[in-house]
Amino acid sequence: MDTVLQFFNDQLIMIYLLLFTIILGFEVISKVPTILHTPLMSGANAISGVVIIGAVLLIRQADSNDYISLILGTVAVVLGTVNVVGGFAVTDRMLEMFKKKKN
Amino acid sequence: MLLDSYINLSYLVGAIAFVWGLRLLASPDSARRGNIWAAVGMVIGIIATLIKPMTQGDNNYIWIVLGIIIGGIAGWLAAKRIKMTAMPQMVSVFNGLGGACAGVLAMAELIKYYDGSVFMQTGQLGIALFALLVGSVSFTGSMLAFGKLEGLVKDKNVILPKHNVINIILLAATLILSVWLLLEGQQAGITFALVFLILALIYGFSFVAPIGGADMPVVISLLNSFTGLSAAAAGLIYNNQIMLVGGILVGAAGTILTVLMCQAMNRSLANVIIGGFGTAGPTKGGGETGDQVVKEATFNDTAIQLYYANSVMFVPGYGLAVAQAQKVVKELDDLLEANGVDVKYAIHPVAGRMPGHMNVLLAEADVPYPKLLDLEEANSAIKDTDTVVIVGANDVVNPAALDEPGSPIYGMPVLEVWNAKNTLVLKRSMSPGYAGIPNPLFFHQKNRMLFGDAKDSLQKIVQEVKNM
Repeated sequence: MDTVLQFFNDQLIMIYLLLFTIILGFEVISKVPTILHTPLMSGANAISGVVIIGAVLLIRQADSNDYISLILGTVAVVLGTVNVVGGFAVTDRMLEMFKKKKN
Repeated sequence: MLLDSYINLSYLVGAIAFVWGLRLLASPDSARRGNIWAAVGMVIGIIATLIKPMTQGDNNYIWIVLGIIIGGIAGWLAAKRIKMTAMPQMVSVFNGLGGACAGVLAMAELIKYYDGSVFMQTGQLGIALFALLVGSVSFTGSMLAFGKLEGLVKDKNVILPKHNVINIILLAATLILSVWLLLEGQQAGITFALVFLILALIYGFSFVAPIGGADMPVVISLLNSFTGLSAAAAGLIYNNQIMLVGGILVGAAGTILTVLMCQAMNRSLANVIIGGFGTAGPTKGGGETGDQVVKEATFNDTAIQLYYANSVMFVPGYGLAVAQAQKVVKELDDLLEANGVDVKYAIHPVAGRMPGHMNVLLAEADVPYPKLLDLEEANSAIKDTDTVVIVGANDVVNPAALDEPGSPIYGMPVLEVWNAKNTLVLKRSMSPGYAGIPNPLFFHQKNRMLFGDAKDSLQKIVQEVKNM
């Protein structure tokens, strides 16, 4: 129990952020209309590519001969970038189609 | 120190851009701007991370640049080349890669932890294990979902006898091992962390294995939320706010879509995961329809019927995507509208293989979105519709959902197309749909069948209409 409370105290701000973001996320996303659910999903995919930031931190913090970190980090950067670039590009492609046919 | 403050400020701006971008997705008019906002937020976050002052390490920029170039080219090409009909596959792959990314990061941190170069408190260890578990499950689960959607993997080849029992044992073993790893701390050693990783990867595959076809929208949404959770957990590992916010937003999006998809099928999530109707085998109910006869339509009759109708409603399903028939539907729509026919489209929430799948296809074919009706709007409009044309949809128009308590889809909200004056089903053959559930609509006195490939049939109707 002590370790849990300790952890809670140490991470207080992150826990606040976590909970408030959950509430905000549900509020914002529940307003997305059905017709945009596929772009929402691919856009969310792109946003989940934000893990690339962790990968960049991992690589930058590594020593130049720490090949395990460097290789894993680079793999993670590749995966994250595919997500970010591919996700935003394909979402843009879809939304362009929705936009041009307003009649 | 000053630069550090700017970095933190950039993360804040980036996180706000994510939220604002998603907010703009509330309307098709602003949605594209929303996506750009989110992308800008991402670029700000990444640049800030690249220039953030470090207290340790050698920067190793060459590795980062290499990764960004490879990933950027791959992502760009995939996004530009993918067909709109293949969007569920694409989303599955991207989703799996996101999960893998978080999993790889968690593993890298765990390797440092077990070789003694980094210390973690129990809470931090728990978060790393969580990120590894959820990221891995999301990765293999999404890859299998991709394989199924692409037709590379057949459901029957990956389903084991007593699959649900195997899944429960696998999950229990994985969770027990994670608790043990938490209690043992560094003494557990890297070997057991690797066993944990392997268990998580197997579980991801195994949990998606029995779920297929019409349940795909639920699985894809659920995997999407897993990827978000793993990204958020990675954010906690690195104590990075923008990663946390981004991950949680994705988790929320996936969760909302999962709930909506389950509601649209009137089933609980547990019911979808533990045994969808896709695995139930031959089902009871409607079995006596075997000796009833269906009425076949001809292209010429159909063309006349549609051309002189007051109102026509199309009901697209997964078959429309398979046949790539969205543009022919629009062509027919234009010809009918030119003759004063009121044309609408009825979109069931689980039509297709992912949330909103049909909307994207019809948008690609330039169908204006005000013509798309959701389930409730469509059901109230159907009564005044002359002909409903069902293109590659099946379970979402099955009357058994309303009046056959024995049917596996009993209770699922469906499009009540039999309330229209006539219905027309475009279908390859009489074989039941994905779920293997007989559809009494085919034998309904108001219904006619038009057998053949949907695109092919529609083209012939278009030709007949043009000749009139």
